Formats: sequence, structure tokens, C-alpha cells
Amino acid sequence: MNMPDFEYHAPETLQEACALLAELGRNATVLAGGTDVLHKMKTGKLASGHLVSLKRLGELRNIRSKSGHGIVIGALTRHNEIYNSPLLQELFLSLPMAAHTMASNQICNLGTLGGNIVNGVPSADLPPILIALKACIRLVSAQGERSMALEDFFCGAAQTRIVPGEILADTTIPEQSTTGSTYIKFGLRRSGALAVAGVAVSVTVDKNILREARIVLASSAPTVMRARNAEGFLRGKKISGKLLAEAGAMAAAESRPRDSIRGSAEYRRNLVEVLTKRALRKAIDKGHI
Amino acid sequence: MSQVITDKNGVKRYLITINVNGDSHSLLVKGNAILTNVLRDDLNLTGTKKGCELGDCGSCTVLLDGKPVDSCMVLAVEADGREITTIEGVAANGQLDDIQQSMLNHAAVQCGYCTPGMVLSAKALLTRNPHPSEREVREAIAGNLCRCTGYVHIVEAVLAASRGEITPVDLKEGDSR
Repeated sequence: MNMPDFEYHAPETLQEACALLAELGRNATVLAGGTDVLHKMKTGKLASGHLVSLKRLGELRNIRSKSGHGIVIGALTRHNEIYNSPLLQELFLSLPMAAHTMASNQICNLGTLGGNIVNGVPSADLPPILIALKACIRLVSAQGERSMALEDFFCGAAQTRIVPGEILADTTIPEQSTTGSTYIKFGLRRSGALAVAGVAVSVTVDKNILREARIVLASSAPTVMRARNAEGFLRGKKISGKLLAEAGAMAAAESRPRDSIRGSAEYRRNLVEVLTKRALRKAIDKGHI
Repeated sequence: MSQVITDKNGVKRYLITINVNGDSHSLLVKGNAILTNVLRDDLNLTGTKKGCELGDCGSCTVLLDGKPVDSCMVLAVEADGREITTIEGVAANGQLDDIQQSMLNHAAVQCGYCTPGMVLSAKALLTRNPHPSEREVREAIAGNLCRCTGYVHIVEAVLAASRGEITPVDLKEGDSR
């Protein structure tokens, strides 16, 4: 399989990488784990004169607790590093579990959190659970840096608000009062399959009352989306099977799925209904799993 | 950054040093060289198979610093300074590894195309977790697709290897097995 020519760069620092991207402009592509970039180049979907590899930026490859801020996950952290992180397993097991289900072991040893976010594909597995946990991202460029809520980052299928010259540096999961979270996806195989539909939720439960719920849908609209009607409906209500079933129906009604080779829009809508109900129940009963 | 050498046509090549199966190799590679091809074509280690070349089938699995990866999804220049194990590095001193022996015992090999990747995925699993459950074995080899025969014998072979239930087989010269 033909791999087109390009010039390869491996800057030593984030600052150097930003300067290089500013100089090269639109003719440069950032290379992290490579599982998407090399795939696109081999299949002719991406031509790029320059690849700027982030492999030397060890500063972006870690998971750390930042007091008063929550947990910061560097964009170069690999899926298996998220899965194996004792810190994440203790606090938000839902995120390591989502990382574990997303691809084969080989790909999970290469692919990065940053790649999963910046590609902006609606079936990506990490953004939904991160949005449910209110994650923010930090984008760095030669001009400086900016932060935004991850849920504001996506603006269309494979379209995000990152601009040429910017590098996604890290993602922060803030300290929070949520009592439970989970991500459930339905794929056509048990392992390594893309989500036909996926639902991430986080809940804040107090004495059997749902104080807050966030419901985030994958593969159910052109972008990862929050089911805000269903969230609003749940707020302040007493938990019951009927309530969760109604929330599932509302989430399905506001989803905007499309027909694809993996499933029809109608099938996806049915999945959203069932998975929302199940995910809420799981997060309420079992915490962050 | 690795040392860069530019030829008279302006083509850049990078001097990389990789440790493959315990041997250190210094090589000049182009920026777009894929690790699978460098292993096969430059080092003549053709046990690493080329299948889909898009990270789906696992035929090209090698261990990179001990972890299984699809070598078709790795630029050779990015492997600079790393340790690689290919299927050629699994048997030691002319003795098959327990997993290889067990796969022979359980007839877990048919055309053999997926076998190198399968062995390396299983090897990484047993190194990390010497007594895996059947589910853990299935998870570990889920990225290695077999088109011949399915996975039952392979899973049995890996589980038997984990229990040390190995029957040595004396393969004679010319044995077609």
C-alpha cells in the first residue's frame, strides 16, 4: 500500500512544535499515535507536505491530579494508558472502561486521547464520557493558548473548532459532585467495533432524587451531542423505572441519527432509547463504572 | 531528532537505531517508511506478515517495547530507539516458545498467516498476566483476525500454555505438519 511522501519533523518541545506549525501553515499535519493520520494517508484521504510528530513531547503524555482543578490527561496519553491508570480506575472507572472497548489491543497501544478528540468523528468513544464528566480542553499555538468545554469543540461530522497551528495539549476532568457515570456502546462485535450508537451519562443523586443528569450521545447525530431535553426532564425528580424509561424516549426523540452501513436511523434511535435507560440505571446504582 | 541525510535529489533519510530481537540495527529510512516494510525488506524478517496494512487485521503485529502494536501503523522513524520483538525473536536457542509449541499441540495453525501476530499478542498477554481467563485470552487476540478456522483451538492453545501443559513434539526434517 502506497504511503505518500512528506517531510517529517519531530520537535523537542511544545513551543518548538507550535512555532513549526505556524511556519508551515495549512501544509502541515500533526502526528500523534498515527492510527488515523497514517490510515488517511494510505487511503488517499489526506495529503500533507509535512508531518509534525509530537512523539518527543513527553510533557503531553501523562495523567496527573492537579489539586483544586481535577485530573489532567495529556493529549498524547494512549488508550491503554487510560485503561491502566490506577488514578482514573479509582475515580472515574467509566473512562478507562470506555478506552478499553474502543479498539483492538494493538490500536489501544498506539492511539491517543488527543487523536480521538481532534478527529471529531461522531462515533468516537472517549468524547461522550468526557463531556458527561464536564471535561475542558486546552489548545496551544504560537499565539498563546485557549481553553474550552469539550462539548463546545465539535461543530460537524469530522469538524472541530481547532484551527491550523493549534495543538490539543490536554484534557481536564474537573473535581465534581457527580455520584456516578458510565458509557455504554453497542457495536456489531464485542471487541474493537465502532459504536452503532453509544450513550454516556453522569448523574448526581441525593436521597433518591436525581439532582442532575448529563446524557451524551455518540453516533446519533453529526456530532457527539447532549440530550438536553431528557436532562432537563430528569432534574429534581424522584428516581423510578418509569422515569428513566421516559428519559430514554426523550433522548431518542432529540437524537438526529442517520442511516449508514452499520445501522439505520430508526435502529439507532431505538438503541439510544434503550442504552440511555440502561446507562442511567447503571450510573445511579453502581457509581462510576 | 535522528540524524538526517539528504541525497543529491533532495530526498531525506533518517538514521534510526532499533533493537530487534535483541540485536541493534542502525538503518537509513525515508520519512514515509512503514515499520512493517523495514522489518521485512531491510532486515529480511519476513515472519511479520502484511495483511490489510490499515490496522485492522493484526497480521503485522510486533511487540514495541513489549506491547503489541500493528506495525503497519507505525512510521519506522518513530520507532527510533525502541525495542522490537518479531516472531523470529520468540523461540530461544532453537526451542519453540511454550505458546508456539502449544499451538502445534492443539492444531491451532492452518494457513499460518495470522499465526505470528497471534503468537506475539498471546506472548504479551502471558508476560503481563501468566494465568489469564478465557475471556482475557479472547480479548488479547481480538485484534488478530483468522480467516481459516476460527479461534477455539487458538484460545485452547494459549490457555494450555498458561497452565504449562506442553507436549514437546519431535518434528522431523521434511515433516509436512
